[in-house]
Amino acid sequence: MHPPSEFASAGFGSQREYLSKSVVISVESVNEKYGTPSDPYSVGWTECRKMNLFSRKEPFMTELGEKLPGVDVEYETYGDLSPEKDNVILVEHALSGDAHAAGWDKNWKRDDRPWRAGKPGWWDGIIGPGKALDTNRYFVICQNVLGSCYGSTGPGSPDPETGSPYGLSFPMVTVGDWVRLQARVLDELGIERLHAVVGGSLGGQQAIEWALAFPDRVRKAAVLAAAPCLSAQGLAFNAVGRYSILNDPSFKGGNYYGRDIPASGLAAARMLAHITYLSDEGMEIKFGRKLKQKTGRTAFSAKYEVESYLNHQGRSFVDRFDANSYLYISSAMDHYDASRWGGGDLVEACGRIASDVLVVSFNTDWLYPSRACRNFSRALTLRGKSIAYADLSSPCGHDAFLVEKDSLTRLLKPFIEKGGERA
Amino acid sequence: MTPGRVASTLKLVDFASHFFGVPEETIMNFVEEDRTGRKSNTPIPVMPRWQDAILEQEIPEGASVLDLGCGQGELLSRLIETRSVRGQGIELDPEAVASCIARGVPVIQSDLDEGLRGFSDESFDLVVLEETLQTLRRPMGILEEMLRVGRKCAVSFPNFAFWKVWVDFALRGRMPVTGTLPYEWHDSPNVHLFTYRDFADWAEKSGVTMSGVFVLSEGRVDRYRDVDDFRGEEMLVFVEKSIWPSGCTSSG
Repeated sequence: MHPPSEFASAGFGSQREYLSKSVVISVESVNEKYGTPSDPYSVGWTECRKMNLFSRKEPFMTELGEKLPGVDVEYETYGDLSPEKDNVILVEHALSGDAHAAGWDKNWKRDDRPWRAGKPGWWDGIIGPGKALDTNRYFVICQNVLGSCYGSTGPGSPDPETGSPYGLSFPMVTVGDWVRLQARVLDELGIERLHAVVGGSLGGQQAIEWALAFPDRVRKAAVLAAAPCLSAQGLAFNAVGRYSILNDPSFKGGNYYGRDIPASGLAAARMLAHITYLSDEGMEIKFGRKLKQKTGRTAFSAKYEVESYLNHQGRSFVDRFDANSYLYISSAMDHYDASRWGGGDLVEACGRIASDVLVVSFNTDWLYPSRACRNFSRALTLRGKSIAYADLSSPCGHDAFLVEKDSLTRLLKPFIEKGGERA
Repeated sequence: MTPGRVASTLKLVDFASHFFGVPEETIMNFVEEDRTGRKSNTPIPVMPRWQDAILEQEIPEGASVLDLGCGQGELLSRLIETRSVRGQGIELDPEAVASCIARGVPVIQSDLDEGLRGFSDESFDLVVLEETLQTLRRPMGILEEMLRVGRKCAVSFPNFAFWKVWVDFALRGRMPVTGTLPYEWHDSPNVHLFTYRDFADWAEKSGVTMSGVFVLSEGRVDRYRDVDDFRGEEMLVFVEKSIWPSGCTSSG
């Protein structure tokens, strides 16, 4: 049973909607776009959970050798854990994502997260009853990564030593750290083995890391719009993003909490990043050279639709994301290189992987281009793995992994559900 | 048709019957078939490929099989089920790739003209290429790659020396349209048509042993005999590098 395609994912309901989406969504159209919590294909109202791990005596050791005396992890779960605890799917979020992958946050007001009001989690089109990650069958869990600002410990959390936010004294975190911490959370929940780990973009890199770091704990890994490492071009984009944050006059070495935040730096970083999430083709369809306003009040007010769209993306991001978290998470993305498991040799590294692997790329993605994803699948086959790799056609660029839910579901659902009994 | 042309046609049919060893009646039936009305966008019915049954017999339990141009993964899914093979498909068409994944067949979406870069030498017991060689821009390239990656290879292709091709061309004066060459000239994916003998020449020149040849002729599958050159509509040839001892198939 497939849910009807009108039921939208968090951002966009469909490719068409995505490409024609007006910049500001009116409240009235929300129910029509996203459905409602009582929708049969929705996981309904959700509540986040929090787990407190580690202590001063037994701190979390980061991959780069630093210590965290205590770590909070915010996570959400959907569906029911089977008595054998063998139906678990771990969903990994991307750079600016959170643990709220599906459903409707019951406590958005209490937790002061107004951006969650009136729309479901970021992958609601993929997670739910009958959907690609079917919550009637599977227990889906999504955890917010270490260093983020959505409930898990990050640079904005108080340092128990000083009582004030860590800021830049927060240790550098890596994708490896995230995955180890996720594994620890699963340990606490008594979950030994994952039926699947699934993620797109930076989430896809976490899925790769899971398959490499815990080959015995993963049956299936679905890696979407992600490669074993970022290209030089990707590193360059992230560098400019961080540059604009670090050089915002309000940044003040990361100690801006309770004061003016480095809003323009963070907005600029987000605007630039957003360009990398779209494609030339998609922008042409969505905006072209359309003018926003015929006569601007000032010479340099936003004239073009694309400009106004990016302004909006930048502004709204500032309201919901922490600049320091952006620095930490984008650095983790830069730092990640799956080939480290093979001493720099990706093929060697792939020899560790025991799970079934599905790799999906999108033909207009220039952040993790098809070529890089295909090379990853080639590396896997060189180690004698049977794998599934598909290059989906979409004008939506990197964002396609959030947008193209129908074509993704066609691949993801059978990949997750077929041969599940195989150990 | 002028009386002269009718007489020549009958002579040609008589000649073809003797030369190809096909009854005159069969040829006349074929000549009188109306093949001009086929619309180019008429879908060709998906039939289980005749080669699949042979491959299923010939492949040992637990072997590893790489299927190039695997389509919707019919062969691999059967082999995985009945022979417990380690299967991998390669397919370019996105719809077919989705179908493979839907039936749980491992598949990589990739263009065969780019070669088999992702696979190491002798990493499969058998590499299969069914009805695809004639559609590739660089057929020699893929044959070399197959011999590198597979301990044994199976290649099937329409035989352009098939008598119907000859008769069709000679009597209708148009590009031949037959069961295994069902396309009109403008919508055909076939860019490098060749005959069984062309293939055998290549094998001899390249030091490749043909360890088994199967022929589809008049709807029947047979082992190769000399006469089948012209009566074979399609061939399935097992090949391997001559220096290697014979592997998983009995010789033909």
